[in-house]
Amino acid sequence: MIELDETDRQILRALVQDATQSAGALGRKLGLSQPATWRRIRRLETAGVIKGRRLRLNAEALGFGVTVFLGVKLARKGQVSLEDFERAVSAIPEVQTVEHVLGLYDYRLRVVARDLSDFERVLRRRIMTLPGAGDVEANVLLSEERLPGPIG
Amino acid sequence: MLDDMDRRILRHLQAEPTLSMAELAERCGVSQGICWRRVEKMQASGVIQGQQVVIDWAALGYAVEVSLRITLDKTQPRAFDEFTAAARMVSEVIEIQTFLGRVDVRLSVLARDMTHYQQLYRDRILTLPHIADIEALMHIARVKRDEVLPV
Repeated sequence: MIELDETDRQILRALVQDATQSAGALGRKLGLSQPATWRRIRRLETAGVIKGRRLRLNAEALGFGVTVFLGVKLARKGQVSLEDFERAVSAIPEVQTVEHVLGLYDYRLRVVARDLSDFERVLRRRIMTLPGAGDVEANVLLSEERLPGPIG
Repeated sequence: MLDDMDRRILRHLQAEPTLSMAELAERCGVSQGICWRRVEKMQASGVIQGQQVVIDWAALGYAVEVSLRITLDKTQPRAFDEFTAAARMVSEVIEIQTFLGRVDVRLSVLARDMTHYQQLYRDRILTLPHIADIEALMHIARVKRDEVLPV
């Protein structure tokens, strides 16, 4: 496991805010040279701490007005192949994330839709028809806040 | 309004945010100049909000992730505000979401291991204000995680 010092944490925090800044620009803010900053970013990447980059889009501006979290319980456990369920659910474009969880539900899905009637269409035609899908609980997202976490 | 070309650009950029303008233009089948102006326009209008790195918390030693689904005591008029303000102060909390439905608030909480989680749960989570009920979902695996919008 990789040990981070305060400078590494500052770099991570800055890159979570804006990953497009160059090593030079970031280094200037933190009082580091461009090569030193670059080497630290490289180290975080090779250690797998930075596992990728993500484009942040405004879902509402793109016409996706509703985000719903679904808790899905599999019916007839044992008879359903988890792989089949996971493959089918991952292929639905409106499903943004799929998490396998332990507890009240088996899977947690993040689903985007244009509005509530569009969501109903996705739920009925795509989710309820999945192989093995049983009980489903829906919670409509009102607000969402992402925090820096333990690097903060 | 966005047209098909904008959507094509967004699809390629979502799949690979680090593409250079030249590569992006080539994949979309347009000139670099046009591509650059389209991206610039979507940034200015706020459709593209930015780009961020994604952290793998397990690589930093946080092996446990728990989703806490919380029902609040709604007889307290300031329950939501006071709860979220207090939850923000817990550094292991990485997400706070509020809902319309059976669940009021959900927290994503990281911990190094189960002992650490148990300690966090007792000392930092159960002490948050106005909790009426908590259910925990333990993450086993992320099957799909890219959060791509179907543009």
